[in-house]
Amino acid sequence: MKMNKNGYTEITPNDRLLNLNLRELIAYKDLIYMYVKRDIVTMYKQTILGPLWFVIQPILTTVMFMFVFGNLAGISTDGIPGPLFYFAGIILWNYFADCLNKTSGTFTTNQNVFGKVYFPRLVVPISVTISNLVKFFIQFAIFIIIYIVYSFKGVGIAPNWYALLFPLLVVMSAGLALGFGIIFSSMTTKYRDLTFLLQFGVQLWMYATPVIYPLSTMPADKQWIFQLNPMTSIIETFKYGAIGNGVFSWSWLLYSLIFMAITLLLGTIIFNKVEKDFMDTV
Amino acid sequence: MPTAIKIENVSKQYRLGVISTGTLSHDLNRWWTTRVLRREDPYLKIGSVNDRSAKADSEYVWALKDINMEIEQGDVVGIIGKNGAGKSTLLKLLSRVTKPTTGTIKYRGRIASLLEVGTGFHPEMTGRENIYMNGAIMGMTRAEITRKLDEIVDFSGCERYIDTPVKRYSSGMTVRLGFAVAAHLDPEILVVDEVLAVGDAEFQKKAIGKMQDVSKGEGRTVLFVSHNMTAVKNLCKTGYILKNGLIDYTGSIENVIERYLDGQDERSKINIGEIKERQGNGLLRFTDIKFIDESGQSKETFEVGEPLRICIAFKIENEALKSATSRIDIGINDMMGNRVTWLSTYMYSDTVDLKKGNVVFEIPQLLLNEGTYNVNLFSQIDGDLADWICNVAKINIVFHDFYKEGRVIPERQGCLVTNFILK
Repeated sequence: MKMNKNGYTEITPNDRLLNLNLRELIAYKDLIYMYVKRDIVTMYKQTILGPLWFVIQPILTTVMFMFVFGNLAGISTDGIPGPLFYFAGIILWNYFADCLNKTSGTFTTNQNVFGKVYFPRLVVPISVTISNLVKFFIQFAIFIIIYIVYSFKGVGIAPNWYALLFPLLVVMSAGLALGFGIIFSSMTTKYRDLTFLLQFGVQLWMYATPVIYPLSTMPADKQWIFQLNPMTSIIETFKYGAIGNGVFSWSWLLYSLIFMAITLLLGTIIFNKVEKDFMDTV
Repeated sequence: MPTAIKIENVSKQYRLGVISTGTLSHDLNRWWTTRVLRREDPYLKIGSVNDRSAKADSEYVWALKDINMEIEQGDVVGIIGKNGAGKSTLLKLLSRVTKPTTGTIKYRGRIASLLEVGTGFHPEMTGRENIYMNGAIMGMTRAEITRKLDEIVDFSGCERYIDTPVKRYSSGMTVRLGFAVAAHLDPEILVVDEVLAVGDAEFQKKAIGKMQDVSKGEGRTVLFVSHNMTAVKNLCKTGYILKNGLIDYTGSIENVIERYLDGQDERSKINIGEIKERQGNGLLRFTDIKFIDESGQSKETFEVGEPLRICIAFKIENEALKSATSRIDIGINDMMGNRVTWLSTYMYSDTVDLKKGNVVFEIPQLLLNEGTYNVNLFSQIDGDLADWICNVAKINIVFHDFYKEGRVIPERQGCLVTNFILK
């Protein structure tokens, strides 16, 4: 699709490989806004606790992790109080996992709408990433409350300058989830095999990421294997900045950033190619 | 007038059957030939004409083949054709839901499609929120919607419910709201596909009126797909007939409709038992229909007021068939596709004597006005559709001194002749 100088829009079977069409996406910014609003407004309609569920969910998970991994399995938290340690890992990981799970179903869950009206399909996964951000920030606020409570109790934790990297870490998680999500959603329109892989893949991925254990408990010469996982340095940097414990390295963070950029680029290329005629195969 | 839409050599190929490992091998083969060997797609050369009822001889079918159209700005164009002729595929390509296999489409301005109204409605959101959602999906900005909000609410006639979740709406109200948003899009090109089949009579009138306003003022272009010839005739100036994915005919709307209706005539000349375009489980199959006059003669042209017997013959799949309920209906339509009247065994009994193999409807006095009418046959056994054929036969009716005064009914005074006297 392109607009030529006479004001004609042209529909042709083939497109350039990378046709981002950012201008078109920006023209639909109100639609992104509406999708985000819809997601948030309708998520807890007809519930009594409403948005409180945003908070209850990670708190219960933290309690369960403390019991199972902390007490039963006895996995170290690097001397950090359990609630703080687990909560930090869970909120960032959940943001990533939720975004990935939801964006990976973009084509299959929206085929009704996509089959009737044209708009840039990227609007949907982008709005999912944004609406999950709202949930993340509410949880982040709870994290800060827990944090303050613990620092008054005199546990001896203090944020450092690396905490300024938080916005970048959130953007990186969003980018990775979006990139992987649109790759998966594009690849599952015709062959659904990958949906099964993704379902338990995300669960396994959490265990390969230092969410419930600190990376420092791994042997120093094997840590690089874990850091090949782009989420590892994101979560570790987050814990390092907030609590001061964790493995931080600029080069691995840069690695994750490049990883994210490539995933996002690749995802956009595949997504753009698939969105043109996925209705015929979905 | 400048060109609004230009369609050049557009074709669309679909694959028949389900997606499975067989598809994967085709995909790999296609990828190998086009990407590695840099040759033409091997599957583009094959593919059969899109005849729904014929047995498939290829796994690929051309839903549209080499379509060329040039539509001027401000034209209101009707697109007609039988089910599966490619009408909706064409609209899908235009509204960019899917891309053409070959060819290019150029258009100027914004295309809004009313393929189905109310897209993106979320049942949990209120009417107002859904207006914004739906409008944004159709490409309106929030400011634009806010500006037109009052007009939209007013047009939909759902003001009282506007802050109630849409899940509490009746289906008619949902459609009204959806259409109201679509009608206020102000696109340069409007694509309409049979939406007028929904809503009550009052709303349909409003909708047609709105479409006429859209097409008359401000030089908008409208593409209208419908089976309702009256609506097409009222709205459109020119038209296209699509047949098996090809353009069969194009011209002024009168010529197009005439030709389309002539095409339906071919049907009545072939044996009813062999018609392929029928639906149902086949437990019962119609084999013949005859119109018999007073003297026992079979004929196709009757006078107004004449007695008429419609004899329908059928055979049943299984002689031992025992059914709790069965019925046979005759639907009579005018040439524009509007239902004129309906006769059914159901009005007298829950069952038809299936062993007899025929049923006779006797009309003591035929009170249809002059014209040609299409006859549809329908049968149901135990609540399931057994056989259903549209336009199975035609009956011509001429007016001949029904009131015994040598006077005739002027043209366009309805399709019903009333037996009355003057006191």
